[in-house]
Amino acid sequence: MNGFLANYGGILIDLVKVVVVMVVLLTVVAYLSWFERKVVAHIQSRWGPERVGPYGLIQPLADGAKFLFKEDPTPEGVDRFVFFFAPFLALALAMTTIAVMPLGPQVEIFGHPIWLSVTESHVSLLVVFAITALSVYGVSLGGWASNNKYSLLGGLRSSAQMLSYELSMTMSVVGIVLMVNTFSLRDIVEAQRGGAWHWFFLPQILGFVCFFISAVAETNRSPFDLAEGEQELVGGFHTEYASFKFAMYFMAEYAAMVSVSFMVSVLFFGGYLSPFPDTPAFHWTYYLPAAGGVIGGLALAWSGLRYHTALGRMILPVLGIVLLGVGMVCGLPAVMTVIQGPFWLAAKVFVVLFIYVWARGTLPRIRYDQLMAFGWKFLLPLSLANVLVTSWLVMLRLPR
Amino acid sequence: MSVETILFFILAAAAVAGAVNLIVQTHPIHSALSLIVVMVALAGIYLLLGAELLAAVQIIVYAGAIMVLFVFIIMLLNAGKEERTAISRTATWLGLPFAVVLTAVLGWRIAMAQPGPMAPGAEIPGTTRVLSQLLFTNYVFPFELTSILILVAILGAVVLAKRDF
Amino acid sequence: MPVASYAVILSAILFGLGALGFVFKRNIITVFMSIELMLNAVNLSFVAFGRLRFLLEGQVFVFFVIVVAAAEAAVGMAIILQVARNRHSLNFERIDLLKQ
Repeated sequence: MNGFLANYGGILIDLVKVVVVMVVLLTVVAYLSWFERKVVAHIQSRWGPERVGPYGLIQPLADGAKFLFKEDPTPEGVDRFVFFFAPFLALALAMTTIAVMPLGPQVEIFGHPIWLSVTESHVSLLVVFAITALSVYGVSLGGWASNNKYSLLGGLRSSAQMLSYELSMTMSVVGIVLMVNTFSLRDIVEAQRGGAWHWFFLPQILGFVCFFISAVAETNRSPFDLAEGEQELVGGFHTEYASFKFAMYFMAEYAAMVSVSFMVSVLFFGGYLSPFPDTPAFHWTYYLPAAGGVIGGLALAWSGLRYHTALGRMILPVLGIVLLGVGMVCGLPAVMTVIQGPFWLAAKVFVVLFIYVWARGTLPRIRYDQLMAFGWKFLLPLSLANVLVTSWLVMLRLPR
Repeated sequence: MSVETILFFILAAAAVAGAVNLIVQTHPIHSALSLIVVMVALAGIYLLLGAELLAAVQIIVYAGAIMVLFVFIIMLLNAGKEERTAISRTATWLGLPFAVVLTAVLGWRIAMAQPGPMAPGAEIPGTTRVLSQLLFTNYVFPFELTSILILVAILGAVVLAKRDF
Repeated sequence: MPVASYAVILSAILFGLGALGFVFKRNIITVFMSIELMLNAVNLSFVAFGRLRFLLEGQVFVFFVIVVAAAEAAVGMAIILQVARNRHSLNFERIDLLKQ
């Protein structure tokens, strides 16, 4: 047994990491749909999913069941291979970027030092951009394969939009690379150590704004979602896709959102680093995850006991107690060091996802020609100017 | 049989399969997809050969932009399946074996070749730092020329694709 | 044998397949893609030989080849677009106006 562990321990740890990350990612993607519907609904002065389980929490499971059992028609005259393949491609690519994201610092689990990320390479930033570049195919091939002029138009528009904003997205990150001299995401996060004022969103505010806007356009989300706008092009590139394949496109869009939120947090907001400096005066901040879990669990249980349906009164307090238990486990010294990194990263990703959903609920859709003009004539020169100014400042060796 | 060699053979098999598929398929979009598979496999082989920046550039530029252009054009022109036109029999019966023999002879000669005099300096990793030092010091002139080339190509493409002048 | 030698043999095979596609296919876009396949094979041989000779110039040259291939693809696609609009076909046996 010891020999087995010594030889294959590394692979075992990697497998465990992959499984954990995939399970968490799939759950997050599913409940992101619930989160979006709730937030957009409250922005629009209505409730959102309320009936399917307490606070509509079982809605994603119900949607999943619907997607499994609904009829999946294949229209006549489609290119069968590409029609089946395009949504798979989109989903696979969207979920792969999480592989190079640094999820936490090096921690000691059962005595073994492990870096909390599935994998790492010298050029992990470029790997993320490579995967984003390939994800254009999921959309354009899906639109073309549907044998439908609206889908084709939507697919072509959508992929032209993605290509255009990919340029300003990559250019806006060059400023950070100039400052840190590395393409490795792990090193970029480590360079932001020391507290919230060391994070790169301050010196690179222009790069941050450019990157976020380009990323929203790249993932085809509001206010740049003309290509799949319900009012304009029926469904855009996914018109002809029904149950399961549509679910894959849907999940791919949310997974891309999550991936972009990770990128924004890692590049500009310090990734898994805490906003407080690492001095002994701030050691009380280590208890924040535990405190959050405990308070959240108590609040959930309290509101659950007074919920208006019997089912809610049963499920919500149990969920609250589970959250309370998780919070107390986070207070244990062994778990506390491990949970710090992922906790702060999750908090930042959550905030960015909220801004994404907020933008969708608030901003009107931009017309396609305005969109392309904005990308080529405003964002691209802006990101190039950012590169220029950053390179001058780095050359003059200013501390920023 | 190291992991490196096994990985190489898997990627090489994928590349050859993609290339054969490119020739065998009748619809241009399937050929384009096969070419993308070849390019991604080649990017993996570049990684194995220690050229990490080049692998990323291959996927971002070649597979992610140039091939997208190809796919766009195929979609816009609504290219259908290829028609079966008569190919001269002589070409097939003489040409194919000749091509196979040529490739085999080339491969054999390369495999039997002695590595030439080694340049001084040990294993140089293809990291971005070293590569960009070369690009911006020794080869800065061709580098700037290629940027002018791209500008000319953009102008040319815009002018050539206009519907009316 | 190091991996790079196998890579050179692979590049020879890919080049041969690209040449086959160039000669035997009828659709001009597919012919263009066979040309791109040949360019890729050449890129692979550059990188492999650079690795065998411990020179980094192989990778530098691949950069330039990729840039030139991009420029050529852009202009080539524009030409193909015009040709297809004029002759209403992508089969180059129908594009033989210069023939006697």
